Amino acid sequence: MLPEIGQFSLILACILSLLQTVYPLYGVHTGHQGAIRSAKIFTILQFVAVATSFVILSYSFLINDFTIGYIATNSNSALPWYYRLSAVWGAHEGSLLLWVFLLSTWSIAVALMSKRLPIESVARVLAVLGLLAFGFYLFVILTSNPFDRTLPYFPIDGRDLNPLLQDFGLVIHPPMLYMGYVGFSVAFAFAIAALLEGRLDSAWAKWSRPWTMAAWMFLTVGIALGSWWAYYELGWGGWWFWDPVENASFMPWLAGTALIHSLAVSEKRGVFKSWTVLLALSAFSLSLLGTFLVRSGVLVSVHAFASDPTRGLFILGFLVLVIGGSLLLYAIQASKVKSRGRYQLVSRESVLLINNILLIAALIVVLLGTLLPLVHKEIGLGSISIGEPFFNRMFTILIVPFALFVGVGSLFRWKRQQLNDLKKPLTMILILSTLSTVIFLFTFAPSLTWLAVMGTFLGFWIIVGVIYEIYLRSTHRHRFSKGVMKLGNSHWAMSFGHFGLAVMIIGITMTQNYSIEKDVKLAVGQHIAFEHYDFHFDQVKPHNGQNYTATMGVFTVKKDQQEIAVMEAEKRIYTVQRMPMTEAAINAGFTRDLYIAMGEQLPDGAWAVRIYYKPFIRWIWLGPLLMAFGGLLMLCDRRYRSKKDNIENSENKPAPVGGTDA
Amino acid sequence: MNPRRKKRLLITSSLIVGLSVAIGLTLFALQQNIDLFYTPDEIINGKNETGIKPEVGQRLRVGGMVLNGSVQRDPESLKVSFDLIDNKAGQVTVYFDGILPDLFREGQGIVAQGVLKSRNAIDAFEVLAKHDEEYMPPEVADALKGMDHLKTQQSN
Repeated sequence: MLPEIGQFSLILACILSLLQTVYPLYGVHTGHQGAIRSAKIFTILQFVAVATSFVILSYSFLINDFTIGYIATNSNSALPWYYRLSAVWGAHEGSLLLWVFLLSTWSIAVALMSKRLPIESVARVLAVLGLLAFGFYLFVILTSNPFDRTLPYFPIDGRDLNPLLQDFGLVIHPPMLYMGYVGFSVAFAFAIAALLEGRLDSAWAKWSRPWTMAAWMFLTVGIALGSWWAYYELGWGGWWFWDPVENASFMPWLAGTALIHSLAVSEKRGVFKSWTVLLALSAFSLSLLGTFLVRSGVLVSVHAFASDPTRGLFILGFLVLVIGGSLLLYAIQASKVKSRGRYQLVSRESVLLINNILLIAALIVVLLGTLLPLVHKEIGLGSISIGEPFFNRMFTILIVPFALFVGVGSLFRWKRQQLNDLKKPLTMILILSTLSTVIFLFTFAPSLTWLAVMGTFLGFWIIVGVIYEIYLRSTHRHRFSKGVMKLGNSHWAMSFGHFGLAVMIIGITMTQNYSIEKDVKLAVGQHIAFEHYDFHFDQVKPHNGQNYTATMGVFTVKKDQQEIAVMEAEKRIYTVQRMPMTEAAINAGFTRDLYIAMGEQLPDGAWAVRIYYKPFIRWIWLGPLLMAFGGLLMLCDRRYRSKKDNIENSENKPAPVGGTDA
Repeated sequence: MNPRRKKRLLITSSLIVGLSVAIGLTLFALQQNIDLFYTPDEIINGKNETGIKPEVGQRLRVGGMVLNGSVQRDPESLKVSFDLIDNKAGQVTVYFDGILPDLFREGQGIVAQGVLKSRNAIDAFEVLAKHDEEYMPPEVADALKGMDHLKTQQSN
């Protein structure tokens, strides 16, 4: 009975989403106030309906209702309760339900938190969100219904969740990532609404900015979590594989990063507006493209769990409609957009333009590398794969100008910057960052490669640039201690964002250049030593978990003869699916990780073992966390919260010249 | 020329130059990193679509089924070799030095990436097995079509 209610409320939500589109748009068109106001009501009702559906599916997972086909395939009564809950989004149907649920969550957030926006604008935005939701509801209901029953011959127990997904990282990675993906729909809806209205002004940029930032923040955390999970769960110590599905999440992130910068310019200076709109459309379109690539099964990847051609076709159709429709609207309406502001070649506007160009270049590189194999195959030239070196080389090239501009970009003034005024700060930054690089590498690097020198230098260039800029701003009018307190949240947001990037660059540089990776054959009692470390293989013992049996290799690690850790690496066999899994032992540290993963047992009884030394790998995830924290700071900025703020006022007021933050 | 036009010209021309350099670099990097996929039969007899045989020294990917009883290990190190077959006549030997994936088994479909060492031997730097019991890369599935009886015999 309960699943039928879930199914029913899903259909109800679908109908409500259509009403949420049609009625408010009709209202806006005819000026019917009641219809305009209905947008909010439909949004709330739709949320209640889809939330009911989602809760029922989760509850059915908890009580092991194997009469539901989806649960029978993806859960098992031996699964711990928290994995039963996260199994809701462990495969195709449920993750789509999560998708629409989150879309509805974002919609209701827009409905409830946009009190200061004109009611017509909110109605339009909600209508667009309703239409998107409608498309996805149809998709779920028609092609991927999570409530399909297995009756009358239901199984006694389920086939279990894929052991790869039985992990804390996978409990939170998909919701975070989806919050990001789906969140860009809000920026998309704002852009479409503005295009429909034919009015793109600074107010529009100001409204969509916090929403975009929130979505970007979630996506950043989501991607970082995915990378972290891959590192410790896949058992070969990599943190990014340029796997098509990783790329699918990275592309909206690049577009989103360009968007938050471009929005800043549009809000402050009223320029780049049509470009910003295009980015808002792209960010969400790329999210959809990612969904298509992942869900259609056209890609070979760890994530490709559903390869049902009708599903692929449906998303492809939806994708074409959304992208085609929005671009058409853009083509018709964009000419109405006039950018009022003027700026000189050397100005902060230009620097941000360069930032955007580089981000889009990176986006194109990823897009090319991801889609080319598909195209190549479709036109009958056979299957190909694009190797990691392609991406690595391209990003190594692109990051240089990008980091150089990030480091000093915030020193540039809006409108116009005298290059002469930058001489002193640039020299200071150059000297200080070179000095830091030398000290850092002298302390942590065993040898020098020019890539390591370059990467570290770029990281410190940004860090020194950020700190120097904070110093300059703080001492502009006050003493440092007083001035630094007066810096706005947005300013700190920018500083943290850039600082996070620097931390990540240093992390990547150190990990890529100074990792030591040994795949060795070890028998119990043997040991291997490199650098200052000595790994002794003590014993192998059995170990049993709730739903798996494991063989555990125990290693004692010494550094310079001092014992620093006992590490236990497991080889698990999950009992239901009889699937072997490697559970790496990781000794984490701020400046280095030690990583041991058991391979297979060889015929003579010895084990194949991976022993890795990964310097500064934590920084790769610390960086994105700092960036996301920056995003959070911006969301807390008073400008986006104050209710008193008058819209009419902010709309036509010329942007402050030489504003202090962006 | 007035300053505004001059500025625009400067921006446009630098954009064009930058773009062409970028495209050139990208294509160059791409060209070096495209790995074609072959089945064992295609390595020996040329690709189905084009009839082109891979050259010795070329980077490529190969997918097929691990022949039963062909896995040979070096007793001193992690060096291992095994034969790959497909649903046609092809058979090639893959050499690998490292740790095989968890799901690597005889009679199982795998993908190896590496360099063609001789007409029928590959030096692999990466060996991938399917991720779970249900999933197999489509290329491998194609190459193994009709060999199901072998798979069911061996995967238990």
